[in-house]
Amino acid sequence: MRRSLPSLPALLLVAAAGLSGCGGDDFSATERATIASLSLAALSPPPADPSNRHADDPDAAAFGATLFFDERMSRDGNVSCATCHLVDRQFQDDLPRARAVGTTNRRTMPLAGAAWSPWQFWDGRRDSLWAQALTPLEDPVEHAGTRTGYAHVVADNFADRYERIFGPLPNLSAVPERAGPLGTPGEIAAWEAMDARQRQEIDRLFANLGKALGAFVRSIEPVETRFDRFAAALSAGRPPEGDAVLAPDEIAGLKLFIGKGNCSTCHNGPRFTDDGFHNTGVPIVPGLPEDLGRQTGVAQAAADPFNCLGAFSDAGAADCGELRFRVAEGPELLRAYKTPSLRGAAARPPYMHSGQFATLEEVVDHYATAPAAPSGDSELHPVTLSDRERRQLIAFLGTLSE
Amino acid sequence: MRTKLFILIVLAALLALGSYHLSGMGSPPAPELDLSRTRTSANGSYMVAIEPENPEIRLGELHAWIVTLTTADGAPVEDASFEVGGGMPDHNHGLPTSPRVTENLGGGRYRLEGVKFSMSGWWELRFDIVSGETRDSVIFNMVL
Repeated sequence: MRRSLPSLPALLLVAAAGLSGCGGDDFSATERATIASLSLAALSPPPADPSNRHADDPDAAAFGATLFFDERMSRDGNVSCATCHLVDRQFQDDLPRARAVGTTNRRTMPLAGAAWSPWQFWDGRRDSLWAQALTPLEDPVEHAGTRTGYAHVVADNFADRYERIFGPLPNLSAVPERAGPLGTPGEIAAWEAMDARQRQEIDRLFANLGKALGAFVRSIEPVETRFDRFAAALSAGRPPEGDAVLAPDEIAGLKLFIGKGNCSTCHNGPRFTDDGFHNTGVPIVPGLPEDLGRQTGVAQAAADPFNCLGAFSDAGAADCGELRFRVAEGPELLRAYKTPSLRGAAARPPYMHSGQFATLEEVVDHYATAPAAPSGDSELHPVTLSDRERRQLIAFLGTLSE
Repeated sequence: MRTKLFILIVLAALLALGSYHLSGMGSPPAPELDLSRTRTSANGSYMVAIEPENPEIRLGELHAWIVTLTTADGAPVEDASFEVGGGMPDHNHGLPTSPRVTENLGGGRYRLEGVKFSMSGWWELRFDIVSGETRDSVIFNMVL
């Protein structure tokens, strides 16, 4: 599949054009089509979430927003979703690894556009926004709370709002203050001492909190950037105006992004992601436990009682295609991580699933050199990029953040 | 003057090296790629035709295909089982989902669900087909 090399005179011409410093804002028909496909104008409304019948209910979203910012939604009353998903920082925290009750092993993901992704978390270990939202609530290093603890918080503080959306709360008079299947040994014992019907009522209430949080997160959408305004002008065949005018380096970076750099192979579509999982040879962080990426994540998603096929999902099996037809095994899952959106990425270092790279320069260097993966096989191929081309790529990425 | 020429030649060499490293990623498929949706299986046992249920295939969306299977002389094969695979030969990765034949529609027609193409470019869809004692395979090319 290798193309034949262009003739030397042609190369000399290309080299001379490069030397002249001309960014070149003339795009081929293919380039124009690719640019249009990356533009926010190409973004459809978020796909329906049949597993959450409240996904598009504004009352549920408003209740979810309340829960999102409420620190009582944690073991010690000092952590909310917004502790790591900072509202004025693209709903992320600028840290290599998230810090809440403890420190996690992963970089906090921004939330804009998450509703479009069939899989949540870097390893896709949850298959909906609502199932995702439940996970940190019980993680001992994140919110560290328990299922019954959250039930009591809601009954004590939000009974009316909850019941207007989800119907009657269960009777919690005999439900322990702290009990859950993922808590401390004492909390697990208390959970197992509850009868099955009681546990299921709590599970349903807990799932509903996730559905409210999911409805809120679903409302966080990607915002228009300079690149989108430039793409709109290009599509309309009119000259870009104001900040839609891209500098020559930004245009050259865009051409590299969709051309020689191969970035848009995976960072495609208006969210700049294929929603897939890829091993790109990102290094191990010394001191962290072994991390197998998607290989572990896909098994966890399948085993999650709150997944699309589970008892608390509102979807029929026919609406759970992503889960039913998931790639469950295979060597390409090893250390594969979700392709992140690049919208806003330039403004939110550090990068990769555990914050391995502090700067975009380090990211571009990694992709250009394509080192061997710590385990599994990297899908990357080396690309020769000059210092100037690296700067141009980074300049283009900046147009997705302004 | 000779220095300038030397610089240009070095640049040209670097550019050539760059395009060599691309190893086909993002490049158009070879012109000889057979994109037909009716093909004979590798050993000639079957004729296999595939059609998407919805003619408009959108990147990143799960969708279904109808597979029509006959013997080489055109008789419908109604008792086949399938294993489905594929991927992007240029990028050394498989399909983003695990499609399966979920329904035997009768008359040699089968419903294949769970197909998704996550990026533009050259994709292969491979079927390993067994009916009775006859095992054969077929590969379809698609360019999105």
